[in-house]
Amino acid sequence: MAINTNRPTSPHLQVYKLPLTGIISITHRMTGIMLTAGLILFVYVISALAGGADSYTAMQALMSLWLFKLVIWAFIYALFFHLCHGVRHLIWDSGSSFELDTLNRYAMIELVASLALTLMTFAWGCYGL
Amino acid sequence: MDYRTPLSRVKGLGSAKGGTTHWWMQRVTAVALIPLSFWLIYFLGLSLTAPYQQTVVWLTSPVNTVCIVAWIIAAFYHAALGLQVVIEDYVATEGPKIISIWAVNLAFLFLAIAALLAVFRIVSIG
Repeated sequence: MAINTNRPTSPHLQVYKLPLTGIISITHRMTGIMLTAGLILFVYVISALAGGADSYTAMQALMSLWLFKLVIWAFIYALFFHLCHGVRHLIWDSGSSFELDTLNRYAMIELVASLALTLMTFAWGCYGL
Repeated sequence: MDYRTPLSRVKGLGSAKGGTTHWWMQRVTAVALIPLSFWLIYFLGLSLTAPYQQTVVWLTSPVNTVCIVAWIIAAFYHAALGLQVVIEDYVATEGPKIISIWAVNLAFLFLAIAALLAVFRIVSIG
């Protein structure tokens, strides 16, 4: 029997416009993966500090390259985003705030809060940028 | 007729051989990482800009040494738990799934040991 390939399909990722909560949900996962990659960079930083003054200065010189500065700021934003949405997950785990308007309001709060925390870190000025 | 021992019944574990430990520990480490993340941002800012001696003195104060060890344990554990869920969601074939989960767990254990050893070395210098 021939297979009819012209059958209607149910909406899936390519044809389905994700709502804001859906975009935030997948971003939470992506930032999580980015942060785990950042842990490798952390091991490098802490090992350079353990290696003494010379390796520490070499590490700082490498980290002051614009490419690494970009990576560090991406890490900082990813960390704050993951933290804000993580708190959201903990609130969900308590079984509350699943109403649609609450979901959308909290999604906006998360976005603003993660951006604000990143800007505060920037304003604090201890990252040499 | 129930063939389970009283111990297995009280543990509440079925054929999955695991209960809520994974889920629960992900939440416990998440809560621990909320305050520790802000501490990390401060430490990272210091170690990327401050002179060597200043960073070492700061990190070797007892409170900060405790914070970094706590952060390393919580963060690497949380990362391994999280990546395991991602692998379980996207890798359907049993063999590659088990191998990649093992690889991730061992890699993060290795990285955590490397980080803890570095802290130990810094503390012995400072």
